[in-house]
Amino acid sequence: MNALASQRAVLWPAFAATAAIAGFAYLFLRVEAQWEVVALTAGALVALLALGRTRLGAALGAAWSARPAPLAWGALLAASVVVALFAEDHFALLMIATVLLYGVACLGLTIQFGYAGVVNFSGAAFFGVGGYTAAVLATHTALPHLLVVAAGGVLAGAIGSLLVLPLLRTRGHYAALITVAFAILFKTFLEVNDALGGPQGLKVPGMRMLGWSFNDNIALGENTELSFYLSYAVFSLLLLAGALLLVRRLERSWLGLSLDAVRIDETAASVFGFEVARWKILAFTLGNVLAGTAGAVYAMMTGFVAPASFTLAESLILVSIVILGGLGNPVGVLAATALVVVLPEKLQVIQEYRFLLFSGFVILVLLFRPEGLLPRKLRQYLPGWGRA
Amino acid sequence: MNEATTLLRCEGLSVRFGGLTALNGLDLRLHEGEILGLIGPNGSGKTTFFNALTGLYRAASGRVWFAGAEITGLRPQAIYDAGMARTFQRSRLCLPLSVFDNLMIGNHRRLSLGLWFNLFRRSRFAQELQRHVERARVLLAAFHPHLPERMFEPAGALGMIDRRRVEVCRALISEPRLLLLDEPSAGMTHDETRELMDDILATRGRLPGLSIILIEHEMGVIERVSERCVVLNFGEKICEGPFAAVVADPQVQEAYLGVSG
Repeated sequence: MNALASQRAVLWPAFAATAAIAGFAYLFLRVEAQWEVVALTAGALVALLALGRTRLGAALGAAWSARPAPLAWGALLAASVVVALFAEDHFALLMIATVLLYGVACLGLTIQFGYAGVVNFSGAAFFGVGGYTAAVLATHTALPHLLVVAAGGVLAGAIGSLLVLPLLRTRGHYAALITVAFAILFKTFLEVNDALGGPQGLKVPGMRMLGWSFNDNIALGENTELSFYLSYAVFSLLLLAGALLLVRRLERSWLGLSLDAVRIDETAASVFGFEVARWKILAFTLGNVLAGTAGAVYAMMTGFVAPASFTLAESLILVSIVILGGLGNPVGVLAATALVVVLPEKLQVIQEYRFLLFSGFVILVLLFRPEGLLPRKLRQYLPGWGRA
Repeated sequence: MNEATTLLRCEGLSVRFGGLTALNGLDLRLHEGEILGLIGPNGSGKTTFFNALTGLYRAASGRVWFAGAEITGLRPQAIYDAGMARTFQRSRLCLPLSVFDNLMIGNHRRLSLGLWFNLFRRSRFAQELQRHVERARVLLAAFHPHLPERMFEPAGALGMIDRRRVEVCRALISEPRLLLLDEPSAGMTHDETRELMDDILATRGRLPGLSIILIEHEMGVIERVSERCVVLNFGEKICEGPFAAVVADPQVQEAYLGVSG
C-alpha cells in the first residue's frame, strides 16, 4: 500500500462516524415516543463520554487532525442530507435551524469564555440586539437583508463595547457580575421602550434575498411543497459553517495563542508583551458579533422579537451549553447545543423543569468532568501538527 | 566600566506598599554581558526589584535606564519590547498549553499578530510557524537533547527540571539583552540545579551580549556563576563586589546569621 492509499484508508472511520452522527440526528428528530427519546439521549451521552477512551476515538481524532478539509466537506454534506430529509417538516426544520443559530451564538461565547476567559452572562442580550436590529432595519429601511443580518452582528459588537471599559477594570466574579447586570438592564430597557414595542416586542419581516422570499413554502411540482423553514435551515447551516471555520482558524493561530496566554496568566502574559486589554476586547467583540448575527437570522425566522426571549435565564442556558460541551472545544459545544435545544422540545415531560434539569446537569459535569463532555485538545496549528 | 557598555542603571529606586518600604533607594549598574548575583535574606526586596524592573510594580521614586533609554514607569509590555525577559520564582508556565505554545508566548515580539494575516493568509502563516518551530527546536535541544521530542506535549506533563528549562527557554527565545532569573534552583536538587546552570552558561556562550541578573539562595550557584554580587537587606543594598569579598563582609554575615559585630 503506498503512502497516499494508507492516508486515504484512515479517513473511512471518520466518514463513517459522520454518517452515524447524521443518522442519529435524523432518528432523534423523527422519534416521538418518550422512552425512545430517553434511550437515544442516554446512548448519545455514553457514546460521547466513551469516545475519548477508545481506540476509535483516537483514530477519529487522528483522521480529523491529519486531513480536516475532506472530512469537513463530508460533515457539511451529511448535515445537508439531514436537512433535506426533513424538507417538508416545519417543526423539525425549525429545530434544526434553531440548533444551528444557537450554535453560532455559543461559538461566540466560546471565543469569549473558552479562549479569552471573559465570562459573558448576557449572551442572549447580544443575540437580542441582533434580533431587534433586524426588526427595525427590515421594517423601516430597504437595506438588503444580507446587510441587515450583518448589521445585527455589527451592532451587537458595538453595544458590547459599552461593557468593555468596566470589564477591563474588573476581573473574575466582578467582571461576570457586570455582564449579569447588563443582561437585566437590557431586558428592562426593552420592556419600557415603546419605540421598540415594549413588552409585546416587534414583528420582524421574513428574510428576502435576491428576490427569493424565505417565508414562502417552496412548491415542487403538483403535490409536493417544501417547508419555508428549509431556506432558513440552509442559510443557518452556511452561517454556522462560516462561524466554525472562523473559530477554528482563530484558535489555530497566534491569535488563539494570545487569547490562551491572557486567560491563563494575565501577569505572565503582560511580562511577555501581550496587550491584555486588546485581546479581551477582540474576543468579547468577535463573540458578540457572532451572537448578534445569529440573533438577527433567528428573529427573521421566527417573525417576532420580544424582551421575554432575551432574559438572563436564556443567557445562562447559553453559558451552560458552553460549559457542558467543553470549554474551548467547538465540536463539543455544538453537540451540547443540539442536546440542550432539542431535548426539551422532544421530551415534553421535562419542558417545565428544563432549567432545573440543566442546572443539575451542569453541576454534575463540573463535579465529575470539569472540562466538559468533549474536553478541548492541544492546539493544532496545521493539519497533521504535533509529530515532533 | 565606561558609560557606553552600561546596559542597566538604577538610581534611587524605591518601591513602597502602603507604609512598608520594600525597596529603598537602590543604586545599581549592570554592564553588557555581565552576570550579577542578587542575594539577601527572605523579604529583602530581591523579587520586588525584579517586579519593579519589569513594570509589574510602580516605583515610588527613582529612575531606571535600560539599553540607552529611560524605562521608569513604562508598562511591562514596553519593557519586554525593550529587551528584558524574566522567569518567575514560582513557575508561571501555562501548564495546559504545549511546550511549543509556551515558548511562543515568550516569542511574542516576533509573532505576526494581524487579524487578516492569522485568519486568511494561512499559507504564509504556515511558513512563519515553520520558522518558529525550528528556532524552538534548536533552543530546546541546547538545553536538553530530549526536550524537542516533548515540544508538542502539555507543559504540565513535564517534570520539575524540564519545566524550569522550558521557562528559561521561554525567556530566552526572544533573544533579550537582559535575562532576570528569579531563584531558578527553587524546588530542585543540587544536581538538577547544576545541570540547569550549565545549560544557561552554555547558552550565554552563544549569546555573548546577554546579561543576567540572578536571584539565588544557593551560595554555591552564585559563587560559580556570578561575576559580581549585590546584597540586599530590608530593601537596601548593604554590599557589592565579587562573591568572595561579599561573603567576607561583616554586614552581610550579620544579615544572614543575625550575629552582631
